Amino acid sequence: MHAFKYHRPSSVNDAAALAKGEAKLLAGGQTLVQTMKLRLASPSDIIDLGTIKDLAGIKSDGKTVTIGAMTRHADVAHSADVKKAIPALAALAGMIGDRQVRAMGTCGGSIANNDPAADYPAAAMALNATITTNKGKYEAEKFFKGMFTTALGAGEIITSISFQVPKRAAYTKFKNPASRFAIVGVFVADFGGSVRVAVTGAGPSVFRQADMEKALSAKFAPESVANIKVKQDGLNSDMHASAEYRAHLVTVMAKRAVEAALK
Amino acid sequence: MGAPLIGARVERKEDYRFLTGAGQYTDDVDLPRQCYAAFVRSPHAHAVIKKINSAKARKSAGFVAIYTGEDFAAAKLGGLPCGWLITDVNGQPMKEPPHPCLAQGKVRYVGDQVAIVVAETIDQARDAAELVEVDYEVLTAVVDGSKATAKGAPQLHEAAPNNTCYVWAIGDKAAADAAFAKAAHVTKLDLINNRLVPNAMEPRVAIGSYSRADDSYTLYVASQNPHVERLLMTAFVMGLPEHKVRVVAGDVGGGFGSKIYLYAEDVAVTWTSKQINRPVKWTSDRSEAFLTDAHGRDHHTVAELAMDKDGHFLGMRVKTTANVGAYLSTFASCVPTILYATLLAGQYKTPVIHCEVTAVFTNTTPVDAYRGAGRPEATYVVERLVETAAREMKIDPAEIRRRNFITAFPYQTPVALMYDIGDYNATMDAAQKLGDVAGYPARKKASEAKGKLRGLGYAAYIEACGIAPSAVAGALGARAGLFEAGEVRVHPTGSVTVFTGSHSHGQGHETTFAQVVADRLGMPIENVDIVHGDTSKVLFGMGTYGSRSIAVGGTAIVKALDKVIAKGKKIAAHLMEAAESDVVFENGAYTVAGTDKKKMFGEVAFAAYVPHNYPHDKLEPGLNENAFYDPSNFTFPAGTYVCEVEVDPETGVVKIEKFTAVDDFGNIINPMIVEGQVHGGLTQGIGQALTEGCQYDASGQLTTGSFMDYCIPRATDVPFYQVDTRVTACTHNPLGVKGCGEAGAIGAPAALMNAITDALGVKDMPMPASPQTVWRTLKNKKAA
Amino acid sequence: MAVKVSLKVNGKSVSAEVEERTLLVTVIREHLRLTGTHVGCDTAQCGACTVSMNGKAVKSCSMLAMQAEGADVMTIEGVAKPDGTLHPMQAAFKEHHGLQCGFCTPGMVMNAIDFAKSHPNPSESEIREALEGNLCRCTGYHNIVKAIGAGAKAMAAGK
Repeated sequence: MHAFKYHRPSSVNDAAALAKGEAKLLAGGQTLVQTMKLRLASPSDIIDLGTIKDLAGIKSDGKTVTIGAMTRHADVAHSADVKKAIPALAALAGMIGDRQVRAMGTCGGSIANNDPAADYPAAAMALNATITTNKGKYEAEKFFKGMFTTALGAGEIITSISFQVPKRAAYTKFKNPASRFAIVGVFVADFGGSVRVAVTGAGPSVFRQADMEKALSAKFAPESVANIKVKQDGLNSDMHASAEYRAHLVTVMAKRAVEAALK
Repeated sequence: MGAPLIGARVERKEDYRFLTGAGQYTDDVDLPRQCYAAFVRSPHAHAVIKKINSAKARKSAGFVAIYTGEDFAAAKLGGLPCGWLITDVNGQPMKEPPHPCLAQGKVRYVGDQVAIVVAETIDQARDAAELVEVDYEVLTAVVDGSKATAKGAPQLHEAAPNNTCYVWAIGDKAAADAAFAKAAHVTKLDLINNRLVPNAMEPRVAIGSYSRADDSYTLYVASQNPHVERLLMTAFVMGLPEHKVRVVAGDVGGGFGSKIYLYAEDVAVTWTSKQINRPVKWTSDRSEAFLTDAHGRDHHTVAELAMDKDGHFLGMRVKTTANVGAYLSTFASCVPTILYATLLAGQYKTPVIHCEVTAVFTNTTPVDAYRGAGRPEATYVVERLVETAAREMKIDPAEIRRRNFITAFPYQTPVALMYDIGDYNATMDAAQKLGDVAGYPARKKASEAKGKLRGLGYAAYIEACGIAPSAVAGALGARAGLFEAGEVRVHPTGSVTVFTGSHSHGQGHETTFAQVVADRLGMPIENVDIVHGDTSKVLFGMGTYGSRSIAVGGTAIVKALDKVIAKGKKIAAHLMEAAESDVVFENGAYTVAGTDKKKMFGEVAFAAYVPHNYPHDKLEPGLNENAFYDPSNFTFPAGTYVCEVEVDPETGVVKIEKFTAVDDFGNIINPMIVEGQVHGGLTQGIGQALTEGCQYDASGQLTTGSFMDYCIPRATDVPFYQVDTRVTACTHNPLGVKGCGEAGAIGAPAALMNAITDALGVKDMPMPASPQTVWRTLKNKKAA
Repeated sequence: MAVKVSLKVNGKSVSAEVEERTLLVTVIREHLRLTGTHVGCDTAQCGACTVSMNGKAVKSCSMLAMQAEGADVMTIEGVAKPDGTLHPMQAAFKEHHGLQCGFCTPGMVMNAIDFAKSHPNPSESEIREALEGNLCRCTGYHNIVKAIGAGAKAMAAGK
């Protein structure tokens, strides 16, 4: 790891003031610290958000579930409120990495990093989430811009993410055999006639699948998506999964997500 | 005395320290004034080094020293030697191009060592290494073994034209051709045995420490065979006398072959410690381990089996290209020859076999022995052929094996080995029963009802372990003996320290060997300690690999015990005023037949060290014996594995539903430990077949360079195993033991791939059977 | 630049002067010389570095030492009773031969203890799932899974 200067601000404003140039925000660190260890990232400054009060926590009001940016994956997975309101979201949090990683990794960190194979972006997109920062609010649709790219500007820090509570939902994940990140993850959310389908892992960034949404909005059943062929153009391709295989898996995972949501 | 310890499930003596964090692995060693090494490694697979500029590195914080290949050449440090000379089909010695510790003018794989940089802390060493500027002229690389000898392929070594190390053959080609000419059926397969990265959980570590006081060196290193490491390093590389070098391999966190070899880093830290007069520590990180630990397998084979109309095997022809990587690692040359082609008879009385092996250099990490070493490759060839032959001839796969099993022993194979004993029908019977093969059709139906594909596959493997009779090994090209040494030191109050040249890096020798010793001497196991891994304590040792420890190392201890007991008998006879021939030793006591005279072993030991009443005219005082044991033959563990899989045709995911292993390891000292070895071996074999595949891109970059892309099995990837044993005792060692460390890794890949190809209804498919590969195989089958 | 980190390790308050880029595992191994915590990879997968931080199993190679400021950390050295009696989970690993080379073992035990607190009678699949972040190359997991099942029950029984 290259040398850097470490900061432990006590407020979001202090953190934002420090976040400039080659500085990086440290949320859970489960991605960033690895990248730094491998000397693939060399920030000048590390701004540790770990001790800022009020960035962690879960609120549920029946219509939305709001998760503080520094809430650990394990806390979301085990939250009675989340399990009651959006069990699929709790389940998704429980599928990230492994239990040690879930004890440290955070919702805000995952959303801000926008790894193409991360799980949370699928939930944010399918559950029509609002991402709140120290500077404003974003609809998920307008937040995820591309591979590792978001709408966040310099000095902008996510404070919370509000997920809309669907009638029913499910997330199915086809894991990379080695890394256990998503090769394809599909989040299906039924808001009572209006269905959103978000796909992670398959493309450079999370995306919605319009054909499936249309078919499922008409009839929320596995057979509605079972024969929808996803185009492979623009999908990711690597040694573990070609674009063709990923396209195929999107359909299979979507079908299984619908099955799971109906259970 | 209590129940016999041999054969008992004794909990391990070493566990307490491992469970409480008190183990002492090499990275836990912390020497005064120690500094840290980082290596500048080639980022290119093939390049000429034009210039190395270390000016910036020298100015970085904490910098201590840098040495390059030029410094090593000036110091006349030799290259890393290969321990086995293969003679090619024309009677010529294999090509052995130089293998410098630090590159001399040219780099030949990504990760090749270019310079050693030493600094006060590990981070500073890495910072400085990063600042070393190396000007490379990049050359075209060749990474695929089957393309290495193609016309126009990039050439790695001047001393190895056409990138060829050797072309070697065994067996009677004309007789094999004749057998094929009269065959009723021939089964042919084109097989890739995928390259693997060993990935012991403890990365390699080496700490060199020089002492000016007596001009000696100590090397602390994660090694499976410290004496061999010392011999190679002193005699062949550094030109030092052995008594000036001590090698210590304390607790070692797994090896699987990868820690047998003398590596460049070991030499570099040892030599550098003298230059700067400070201990130098190097700890590999996992990324370096992927690049530089010797890899395993990487064969491309075309194999054919000839049969009569009833499925009796008439002959086998095999042609293999073995990719040995950029340089010859310590035992690289014998793996695809002596440890491979000699096993092609398997459990079968195939009368003629011919095998030709071409070993080639490529711009990849050197390849050497990895758990099983040659024998998994051989088993894969034989058992994939046999299963495929059964399918093609519509004979039950178990039945075709039974028709061809060797049933009379000793049995001379057509590929050099002489099997002393075995009962292959017994392990097959037991495996079929334990695996409930009779219930398989019903399970297959149930899978089909769920839309899943189910398959069943066998592998009836054999291995040659207990390497090796030194005379035989020498005749085949070994440049070292393959005996083992043991010493039994009885202390005055009767407790015992045993020194063994075998090395434990997970195998539990401290328990297994202590069981043997305590049993023979009739004492509690707590009174016996096993010491290994330090050349200054252990008299000599060839180390642990090839499932040799109990058969060779254990026998050396038994031979030393025999001497201790015999000497004790003389002392006891004197003490009891009896004729030596009337004294018997049993349950820890010397007695005189027909009398109540009795001396406990401890009393005899005490007399040996406090020899007031002692036969001084006939015996020296003391009770300390050693023995060197050179086996008269290999041992031949064998068994049958049955694997049942369920495949999800939509995703290509393979789930192992049942895995049954019935092995014949001869007599068993500790069944708990043996089962653990089988579980671990099976999992590595399953890893090869299902999840692990080392890949390079065309330019020679390792694309599976971390656990993010290279998948060693996790707990969710494997089932509970059903394991059992059948016993035919080895005929030529006193314990009747054969060895158990590698069996699982040898038999599992073939059993699993036989099951998967059965489920998919295809003749063959590549390993690893990743979800994508399975899905694509099914898709291609549908399209065809 | 050197900074000071203070935390509690195995019940004792400790502090160390470290470079800012120092990992928690480095403080544990190099500064405190508690070498039972191991490093087996550099991508947060193997879990050999697992310790308990504020009661939760975390990977000490995946966090900066500074992130552990003020934390209550337990390493494998702090698990057995002061008189040396093994914790029920350690004892279960010994009884069920859940370790071979011992390198992954401390991380396995630290994770297993945390897991067992919320799973007093875990199923095979729950245990295997809980081991997603711990790699072992020796045992094939067979005996580790058995050991954790038995250890969890023993912990629940207050042994």
